[in-house]
Order: sequence, then structure tokens, then C-alpha cells
Amino acid sequence: MSGGQAGLSADRVSRTAGGRLILDTVSVTPAAGSTVGVLGPNGSGKSTLLRLLAGVLAPTSGLVTLDDQPLPEWGRRRLAKRVAVVQQQADTQVELSVRDVVSLGRIPHRGPWSPISAEDHAVVAAALVDTGLADKADRAWQTLSGGERQRAQIARALVQQPRELLLDEPTNHLDIQYQLDLLTLISRLPLTTIVALHDLNLAAMYCDQLVVLNRGSVVAVGTPRAVLTVELLAEVYGVRAEIEHPETDGPPHVRFLGVLGQ
Amino acid sequence: MIGQRSESGRAVGTYCLAGVGILAVSISVVVAIGPARVGVTDAWSVVLSRLGLAEVELSPLRAGIVWDLRLPRALLAAICGAGLAVCGAVMQALLRNPLADPFVLGVSSGASTGAVAVVVLGVGGGALSISSGAFVGAVVSFALVLLLSQTLGGTTERVVLSGVAAMQLFSSLTSFIVLTSGDAETTRGVLFWLLGSLSSAAWSEVALCALVLAGVLAVCLGYARTLDAFAFGAEAAATLGVAVARTRVVLLCATALLTAALVSAAGAIGFVGLVLPHAARALVGANHGRLLPVTAVVGAVFLVWIDTLARTVLEPQEVPVGVVTSLIGVPAFVVVLYRTRRAT
Repeated sequence: MSGGQAGLSADRVSRTAGGRLILDTVSVTPAAGSTVGVLGPNGSGKSTLLRLLAGVLAPTSGLVTLDDQPLPEWGRRRLAKRVAVVQQQADTQVELSVRDVVSLGRIPHRGPWSPISAEDHAVVAAALVDTGLADKADRAWQTLSGGERQRAQIARALVQQPRELLLDEPTNHLDIQYQLDLLTLISRLPLTTIVALHDLNLAAMYCDQLVVLNRGSVVAVGTPRAVLTVELLAEVYGVRAEIEHPETDGPPHVRFLGVLGQ
Repeated sequence: MIGQRSESGRAVGTYCLAGVGILAVSISVVVAIGPARVGVTDAWSVVLSRLGLAEVELSPLRAGIVWDLRLPRALLAAICGAGLAVCGAVMQALLRNPLADPFVLGVSSGASTGAVAVVVLGVGGGALSISSGAFVGAVVSFALVLLLSQTLGGTTERVVLSGVAAMQLFSSLTSFIVLTSGDAETTRGVLFWLLGSLSSAAWSEVALCALVLAGVLAVCLGYARTLDAFAFGAEAAATLGVAVARTRVVLLCATALLTAALVSAAGAIGFVGLVLPHAARALVGANHGRLLPVTAVVGAVFLVWIDTLARTVLEPQEVPVGVVTSLIGVPAFVVVLYRTRRAT
């Protein structure tokens, strides 16, 4: 293990479930403040990797550390004040307002009997403003659109005041406008962000680094330009594609041509 | 915004204070209701005199009716209403199931089987009372539910399914015991008790149940914020710093203990735990710091009046209070189902 590693780091983690290897010796070390996209086909282990990094699943072998300290040593509440998680399509039957949902993020900061403090209110108010939900604070959760729900979950995560933010396919089932809107918000946050994504072009637009998983193993790591190649797309997704590299520093663009072998 | 929140905090304080006021008035009024006419002021003078604060002006018989029959009964009704409602609210949050309550989780059925085993089969050879039989039954049934749900995978749906299975099993066991071994007299008594009845309320039961209620309520209030964290599921709660497994064990055991104590004192009173948390949520929202105290007060007032109705509506015959709560509870149950159908 390399010494002096600030932030989250997965060191050769594997995870077996029901006798099947879901993740196979994966190492990920995001640079502080960067946005890292985790790509890969369905079942490639993206969600499992995020859950290991969040500490809600334990690796079968290998180690996840935060500031060089193994996650289990952090303690749940202390960890929740450093690492926040936005799940894929979180939903509830409980009747909560947007403010109630966002305020859940203060739970790790408050003792079991302490009342809501002025600081709690201020942090919640700031997160509502940052996510553009200030005017919807008293709306019922059930009346929100998919995009607004994800914004509320991100506001809740910000209220935890983390330095690391993990998001599992936050743009799934959203209209394209909301996808762009949400990823702009996420990529501008001054946090180390690890986000599992489906869409390669969105990942190229908004991520500083990409990690590509295939059948539980890392097959490529690097900038979008370096990672997104015709060969990789053929190998991992089984598709024929062209990659357009713009003259300027802009992100590469993937154009799909068809399924491999057709 | 800050003003808004502290206003809603005040609103809850107002609700609770108003609720406790209504509860006190309710209890004062219902102890005056019944075949033997006793005025509200007379009833209070009895209470004051028993506490050594005034002289008795009533005949010993009437004083006894108030002090030995009606007052403990009203208090036990309040405690059972509060306790069952709080158990329901906690179980619904913990298992993320709007239909969870001590009945659905099989605790009440287990208590009934335990009671029947003591009364009809004579288990314990006379050393066990009907209450302690019910208590043992509740604990055994709940242990079975937890064991079963762990074996089946430990998810919240499995807990509910295991509870339903245990409920069926113990109901059948109870019927089997009653129908094969009981004589007509015992059977009638047991059936009455099974439907829930506060008619045998005694001060010793009031004291025990009040003690358990106070303890369990304190534990649950300490976990109020943790219960909020379960809104988006156990994994979301874990990422908010909640020790999910420990919380489940502590709260499920606490509510099972309270249910066992209440069922052993008053029989299986249904639907209070299912319906009243939903009523309280409609009043103050889903935040458990507010919801739990309000649920307790609403449950207490509700059962005090329902029990009064149960003992007076067919005077001099008494209707088991569980029958009345179910008659009101079933339509409310349908409303709950209808609302959850619309929400999804």
C-alpha cells in the first residue's frame, strides 16, 4: 500500500457473492477533487465497487482505505461525515417534504437527543440553494420529478458535508436535459466524486478520469481521451464505433456504428 | 425558514400538551361513566383522598368502583393505546412497511397461545398466571419470527412474511388447544380474553405496563432520528452512519417486550398499532421525534374512549374492546391500503 494516500482508495479489492466473483482485484485511487466515472456493461461490478467504497459491503479480500485508515476502523458516523452516497433511484413511501429529505443528511452530525441547531438549518438551506431546490423545499417528495428527486438526494448528501461523494447511475431514466443538468451540478462540486455511468459520451464530457470495468476487472484507467478507444469498446461492449477527437481540448465523442460482427 | 421549523416544533409541543390535557379530561370523564352513577368531581375526590389529599365523601362501595375498577381500567386503556400505537409506528418505520404492527409480526398471536396453554392445558401447574403465559408466548413467537427471517435472508420483507407465518401458526395452535381441550366455560372466558379486554385491569398491571411503556418509549425516542434515516431503506440508513443491525435488534426487542406486557394485561387488542400511527402522521408528519410522542397520546385517548364505548354500548353486557377496535380498524385499514395504492 502506498503511504500518505489522502482520500478514498481501493487496494486490490475482490468481492465474491454466492460463489461468483463480482469484483476481481480492483484498485482505484481517485485524485482529490476530481470527478471519476466508473463505466462498464450491466453486471460488470460498478455498483458493487461503489458499495465497497461506501463501506456498506465488505470486500472478500483487499482493503478500502480513507486517508490511509481502513474503512471499518472509521466508525459509521465518522465515515458518514466524510463519504456521502447517492443511490440509484432512491424512493420511499414515507410522506416527506424536500426539506425533510435533505435534513436526513444532518443525522450523522447530531447526537441522539440534541435538537436541530442553527448550523443544521444553515447547512440545509445552503444545500437547497446549491442544488436549485430552494423554492421547492416544502414540496412533497412524492410530487417531485425524477430529476428533482436526484437533486434532493444530492442536496441531502451535501448536507453530510462530505469530501467524497459516490453516485450510482444518478442519471438513469432521466430526460436528457436533466441528465446534463445533473452532471453539470455534480462535476462542479468541490468534492472527490466517483460516479457510475452508463452513457459513454456523458462520461467523457463530465469526468476527469474514467475507470472501465468488465466482468469485475478493471480493463482501462485514464482520461476520457486515453480510455475511450475503438478497441476498448469492441472488447468491453462488443460494438463497432468511431471516436471523434475535437481539435480543441474538448471531450472525445463516441459514434456507434453497430454490433461487432454484423 | 428557521422560524418555520421552530413553529412546527411549537406545534408539536402544542399537540402533545393539548393531547395530554384531552387525555386527562377523558380519563376524568370516563371514570364517571357506567351503571353506578358517580360524578366527575366525586371521582376526583376519591382519587385525592386515596392520595391522602382530601377526605372521602362517597360511600366505600362507590369509592371502590372508582378506585379499584374504573380508574385502573381507564389508565390501562391509555397505556395499552399509547404502547400499541408506538409499537406500530416503530415497526412500520423499521420494516418500511405501512402495514407492520404487533399483530402482523405474530407477537400478539404468540401471547394468545401462551395464555391459552396456561388456562386450558394447565401448563405450569398453576404456578404460571395467564399474564406470564402470554408473556412467554409473545417472546417465543417473536424469537421464532426473528430466527425464521434470519434463516430466510434477513430482509425486511422476510421479517413481515415470517411474522404472518407465525401469526397463522399460533392462531391455529390456539384454536386447536381451545377446541380440543377446553370445556365450554373456559373456552368462553378465553375467547373473550383473546378478543382483547380491559375488564380485569388491576393496579399491579397498570404499574407494570406503565413502567415498561416508559422504558420502551424512552429507548424509541432516543432512536427517533435513526428511524428517520430508514425512510430510504436500510442501506441508505447505513450510509448516514446508522448501525442498522443493532438498531433493528434493539427496537424490535423493545417493541416485542412492550407488546408482550400489554397483551398479557389486556389480551390481543387489534388494529391500534396499525391504524393510529397513520392518523398521527397525518397530524404532524413523518419525523419520528414528533411522531412518536403524538402517536402515544393519540393512541391513549383513542383506546380510553373505545373501551368506554365497549363497556357501555350494550350495557350491562360488555363487548370485548378488541372487537370494537377491529370494527373501526378494518375500514381504516382499507383507507391505508387505498392511500398506499395511490402513492405507488
